[in-house]
Amino acid sequence: MADQANDTLRRTPLHDLHQEHGGKMVPFAGYEMPVQFEGVKPEHLWTREHAGLFDVSHMGPCFLYLKEGLGQPGAHEKISALIERLVPSAISTLKPGQGRLTVLLNEDGGILDDLIITRMPDASLDGMLYIVVNGAVKHDDWALIREKLAGEAELQTADDRILVALQGPEAEAVLTPHFPEAAELSFMRCAHVQKDGQRYMVSRCGYTGEDGFELLLPNNETGLAYVRNLLGDERVKPIGLGARDSLRLEAGLCLYGHDMDASRTPVEADLQWVIQKSRRERADFPGAEKILKQIAEGPAEKRVGILPLERAPAREGTEIHVDGQLVGMVTSGGFGPSTDSPVAMGYVRADLANPGTKIDLMVRGKARAGEVAALPFVQPNYKR
Amino acid sequence: MTQFTQQTTFYTEDHEWVTVHGDLATVGITRYAAEQLGDVVFVETPEVGKTFKKGDDMAVVESVKAASDVYAPLSGEVVDTNSALADSPETVNEHPEGEGWFCVIKFSDGAETRNLMDKDAYFEFCKGQ
Repeated sequence: MADQANDTLRRTPLHDLHQEHGGKMVPFAGYEMPVQFEGVKPEHLWTREHAGLFDVSHMGPCFLYLKEGLGQPGAHEKISALIERLVPSAISTLKPGQGRLTVLLNEDGGILDDLIITRMPDASLDGMLYIVVNGAVKHDDWALIREKLAGEAELQTADDRILVALQGPEAEAVLTPHFPEAAELSFMRCAHVQKDGQRYMVSRCGYTGEDGFELLLPNNETGLAYVRNLLGDERVKPIGLGARDSLRLEAGLCLYGHDMDASRTPVEADLQWVIQKSRRERADFPGAEKILKQIAEGPAEKRVGILPLERAPAREGTEIHVDGQLVGMVTSGGFGPSTDSPVAMGYVRADLANPGTKIDLMVRGKARAGEVAALPFVQPNYKR
Repeated sequence: MTQFTQQTTFYTEDHEWVTVHGDLATVGITRYAAEQLGDVVFVETPEVGKTFKKGDDMAVVESVKAASDVYAPLSGEVVDTNSALADSPETVNEHPEGEGWFCVIKFSDGAETRNLMDKDAYFEFCKGQ
């Protein structure tokens, strides 16, 4: 994440709203973003019990579509064949409105980003994909996709709009009066809503382990009014980046640039499930040879959950030792307000990746007891 | 050597408070610092017998957000440490300038208090933060 000097930071359309709610603003991924409102712990717990509203307008929503033949028979297959050159997931088998987590790969099978690709729900827009990439690397991702698919597909960025996530067990009840379509969606399904002459994307997904939605709204008075309405609901509170991080860590979800990067393959990152059988058989994605070999033989190192057994959090960069030997590194770590304990994840030698394996976490030079743990630390609450 | 016959409290620019009496100094973090940190989840206090020079890393306070160093406000030897914080780190948020103390230092040079702030100066300092 490149932090930039304050004078070059972008602001999201919700900037004034954050300030009205007392958000403490920090530089993040090139934007001025709220790190907290009331406090990380109360915001985290509120999201797990009620509903939290996250401004994720710094992320990279975009639409990728065929230059010709949109809505015609075979259009989805055509656009899928194009994007499947860059990602190892089966996009062609997506049903209308269905989304899938995948990874953008380099030629060595290294992860350039993780992203969600959704087939547009409308038959008239078959041949168009809704894609959301990470904020910190969105310009690189977009440049790569445009370069690789030049002349065949167009990419239209949508990061000038409002993108918010409403997460938590009360998210559906809060959202349904505004978007009745929301209740019909199951996990990783998306609706394209037309209302008052404007269009919205409503997706049932998120980054907290809770049920919830992401909404792509127009950057105008109507879009802002929706966000104000949601925040006006007593079940909803604004949530900052601090709680976003502790929620996703408890949910065992990766943060790009920390828990995975270009030096890691999806197998090492324990994300081989994003590579469906049909793609493994076709072996036609970047780095396929290396990745398929790792699937067959197992990787040398693997991402695992790490549970510190003492009260000291083991943060990013903490060395993992066994019998005095360096065997891995923590890539994300902190305190889990819901588990009421420190939680972490990182990479260890594959022979040490079984849950329950005892490890030493070298916190400020002192060995602290820990163990490899199954992820996630909290049971997900997705609506399947 | 500077002696403190009366209990006096000083403050550092790193938001620690130091209450000196005789040649002993009790150290903790200020209410301002505790509020900035948010919920404290772990405190690593220094071991009794360790010696520090003024400005050395002496303790660590961890909130949900991040780990922050606490620097020795005066040079000296640690003679007592608040072991209750191991089981109840939240005391730092509840009573930062009382029960949430970190350690007691037997300081070696009372003149070092000269670059510390009194309560009014610290109040002004926080306003500028």
